[in-house]
Amino acid sequence: MHVTLTHYLILSAILFSLGLYGVVTRKNAILILMGIELILNSANINFVAFSRYSGLQLDGQAAAIFVIILAAAEAAVALAIVLNIYHRFKTVNVDEINKLKE
Amino acid sequence: MTLIDIAFFFFAAITLVSAGIVVFSRNIIYSAFSLLFTFFGVAGIYVLLNADFIAIAQILIYIGGIMVLLMFGVMLTNKVVSVDIKTGTMQTLPASILTAMIAGSLSGIFYVTPWRTVEHIPANTGTTGSLGEMFMTTYLLPFEVASVVLLVALIGAAMIARRDHSPAK
Repeated sequence: MHVTLTHYLILSAILFSLGLYGVVTRKNAILILMGIELILNSANINFVAFSRYSGLQLDGQAAAIFVIILAAAEAAVALAIVLNIYHRFKTVNVDEINKLKE
Repeated sequence: MTLIDIAFFFFAAITLVSAGIVVFSRNIIYSAFSLLFTFFGVAGIYVLLNADFIAIAQILIYIGGIMVLLMFGVMLTNKVVSVDIKTGTMQTLPASILTAMIAGSLSGIFYVTPWRTVEHIPANTGTTGSLGEMFMTTYLLPFEVASVVLLVALIGAAMIARRDHSPAK
């Protein structure tokens, strides 16, 4: 079976839905961040697949590089916030982080 | 079924199985390490898609940066020594139905649409030089703005995560 564009797109669709399941289901804040990273990776696969199957125009790859940059920045800031939450609430269970400023 | 097809199915299997372990596992350490394998699988997919620079950038930034950050987060926010690290899930049945519907409809759309693709591309010497040229000409403004975003994220994360050592507390 020859691998065409459709195979890569279906791979990214399944990866996207797995990441979405992780974000919706998990209670630990760090596991939610891992789900978000899966979603960003699936979007990246989509970008690069379309870039290659349009005659290797590199616009899709430039977009993928920007997505990687922003994912790194977002992961850093999100983890800083999660650490702050842990110092304050002594837990990272998102069900128990439900108080605003005392 | 050429070798490239076999390589695609191999990397796709690594990616999807590891992503499944990330999402379905009870142990947070297993999830964290499976995310590592997911990133490796995605880097392999990039190589098959003729995106060599992005594959190496994926390994450097995602595995070398984000994965290390997530490991720090996991180790610092769970009591590693005393309690075994289990984690719970909530509302798995509605979530499974929802994600199965989304995956099914997306895959259906991707399968049915008649994509106009260019199957054979000429042999090229690699994308790094062309990407660099593009970042300096066509995408110069987003490139500079991304640098500013990284600077702001660096300062912001360092400010947010530092401990307060002020004696007035």
